[in-house]
Amino acid sequence: MSVNFALALALGDDALIAAQRLAEWSTRAPEMEEDIALSNIALDQLGAARLLLSYAGELEGAGRDEDALAYLRDDREFRNCLLVELPNGDFAVTMAKLLVLAAYQVPLYTALAGCPDERLAAVGAKARKESAYHLDHAALWVKRLGDGTEESHRRMQAGVDQIWPYADELFAAWPDAPVDPATLRPDFDDTVTAVLAEATLTVPEVGWTPAGGRDGVHTEHLSYLLAEMQVLHRAHPGARW
Amino acid sequence: MSRAREAVAAVVDPEIRVVTIDDLGILRSVLEDPATGRVVVTITPTYTGCPAMDVIRADIRRALAAAGHPDAEVRTVHSPAWSTDWISDVGRAKLAAAGIAPPAPVRRDGVVPLTLTVRCPRCGSPETEQLSRFGSTACKALWRCRSCSEPFDQVKAL
Repeated sequence: MSVNFALALALGDDALIAAQRLAEWSTRAPEMEEDIALSNIALDQLGAARLLLSYAGELEGAGRDEDALAYLRDDREFRNCLLVELPNGDFAVTMAKLLVLAAYQVPLYTALAGCPDERLAAVGAKARKESAYHLDHAALWVKRLGDGTEESHRRMQAGVDQIWPYADELFAAWPDAPVDPATLRPDFDDTVTAVLAEATLTVPEVGWTPAGGRDGVHTEHLSYLLAEMQVLHRAHPGARW
Repeated sequence: MSRAREAVAAVVDPEIRVVTIDDLGILRSVLEDPATGRVVVTITPTYTGCPAMDVIRADIRRALAAAGHPDAEVRTVHSPAWSTDWISDVGRAKLAAAGIAPPAPVRRDGVVPLTLTVRCPRCGSPETEQLSRFGSTACKALWRCRSCSEPFDQVKAL
């Protein structure tokens, strides 16, 4: 299997699972503007997922389209990082997750835009502009909550502490890929460190760093997410509106 | 302009019905094979997840069928990525007339610039504030005018 296929699948799965998780906030966000914002960000992620998974299906050449890849694989066949499958938690946990994801996706898509694979480059050029908005949005909230009240500060720090171990997996070396995620780490560190400093939050110590998502070894949370996401398609294969 | 091009250029955006897909820069090209008369239309989405794309494709096919091209093909391209700089002056004027603030120009290095002021499309006042960076569609943000108190949409610079 080509490395371009593997990368398109991994990044497509990141975007798809992030979209599904973010969409859980629809009708449940703390205010209407936030509801619309998180749903919009979910839609952007879904858009990127569709392009990446469609392309992965073409590269694989086994006749699987975006729907087959999204709805007819089991958890062990998904290649998303663990970060995106984690439960939403409270709003601060979601914002910590979004900050880490966007601070990774912005340099990732920017690098992808310059890679030799034209299709991946087109996705990168398009998605990086959308990710820049996601990063701004998450950074605004992390600063507002971190530098807010005692309670909001406490919960924002707890959110960052909870999410932080999962950031490492995003930058695992992949030297033969069109973009090696390891090269994105300095950019990510600069962005996140600056946001956390302005938010009066502490960068957590790096200790335990779970991984395995890229090899199909996931947390139990992914199975529940997939059950909900896939049930309709599996119960009614080929159903159309 | 060919009849096919004219028919496609008149298709309105399903979510912002005051502007056409041509005004917005979604329409990239309309090519007609002189020998066979077969028409190939190329479009590009504003946002990757834009849910209006299927409707736009269907509307294009319907417009072309009415113009005598029932077997037209609609292709979607993602490169070069759509930019709000592709919205025509006519399109910007139509948006403003409908109470939607047009986007500010985008810096060429791809960085989304800080918008210093957005004028209220109703009263023209520069005393406005952003309520939400995300609005009723993927391409818009929500603002409010502090002078006339009206909320309004703004097409986000992209």
